[in-house]
Amino acid sequence: MIRKLLPHPLLTLLLIVAWQMLVNKLTLGNLVLGAILGLVIPILTAPYWPNRPRLRSLPRIVEYILVVLWDIVIANIQVAGIILFKRNASTRPAWINVPLRLHTPEAITVLAGTITMTPGTISSDLSADGHTLLVHCLHAPDPDAIRDQIKSRYERRLMEIFE
Amino acid sequence: MIVEILISVFLVISGIFGLVGSVGLVKLPDPMMRLHAPTKATTLGVGGALIASLLFFYFVVGRFSYHELMITLFLFLTAPITGHFIAKVHIHRHETRDSLPGTGSDRPWATFESDAERIRAEGHEL
Repeated sequence: MIRKLLPHPLLTLLLIVAWQMLVNKLTLGNLVLGAILGLVIPILTAPYWPNRPRLRSLPRIVEYILVVLWDIVIANIQVAGIILFKRNASTRPAWINVPLRLHTPEAITVLAGTITMTPGTISSDLSADGHTLLVHCLHAPDPDAIRDQIKSRYERRLMEIFE
Repeated sequence: MIVEILISVFLVISGIFGLVGSVGLVKLPDPMMRLHAPTKATTLGVGGALIASLLFFYFVVGRFSYHELMITLFLFLTAPITGHFIAKVHIHRHETRDSLPGTGSDRPWATFESDAERIRAEGHEL
């Protein structure tokens, strides 16, 4: 019964909180409206979540977010340096392929999004079998180092969160 | 006073990175490299303006504003998707199977695989 009414309790909670944040003002009316949305949307969208992954531990998720935010700041400064002070002839753009150990679709999506948000790398394609990610680098004098960094910094942490 | 300086610093940071992103769009030579420039403007450029706005509402207006956090969340959800779309268009128009590095298996990058090839490889319809 409770499973039928709340197929996705976390999504319900997220929707209620997101609604309060969007309205920017906590009143009883908004809370009720948020609760209605939080109840109805998960039930309507349940068919689109056939086997959703279990998230392992909250501290690791927080750690991952902090690591990514820090990397975004550092990488922004590096890329600004490349754009402003490096001549086009001396930048070395490169395609690199990153073999994946992750196989949960949600985890691969998070990894691809992280790679795009950290400046200097953009994830562009996935191999048809879902085992390799194609990444474009703005300046990659040493493609292996970038591949190793993606694998050890992001993929290892996502393995611990998702699998 | 200190708060005003802090807010100004974040606004200046935001402006600088927004400008650098735009300079990159003009300066970099090919579409894939140019795609890197806007990802800067959306992260530190917009991020700086959002932090400045948060500080302003908290210390000057005197209430906490959640909208900045929501904007950050939505940006992080949507920016990689548009970037992925543009990269995909570039691959369709300017790259071939041989111009990209290998996938490490006998199946190609997803952009290049036709439906017939996929059915042959997986042995069933979707």
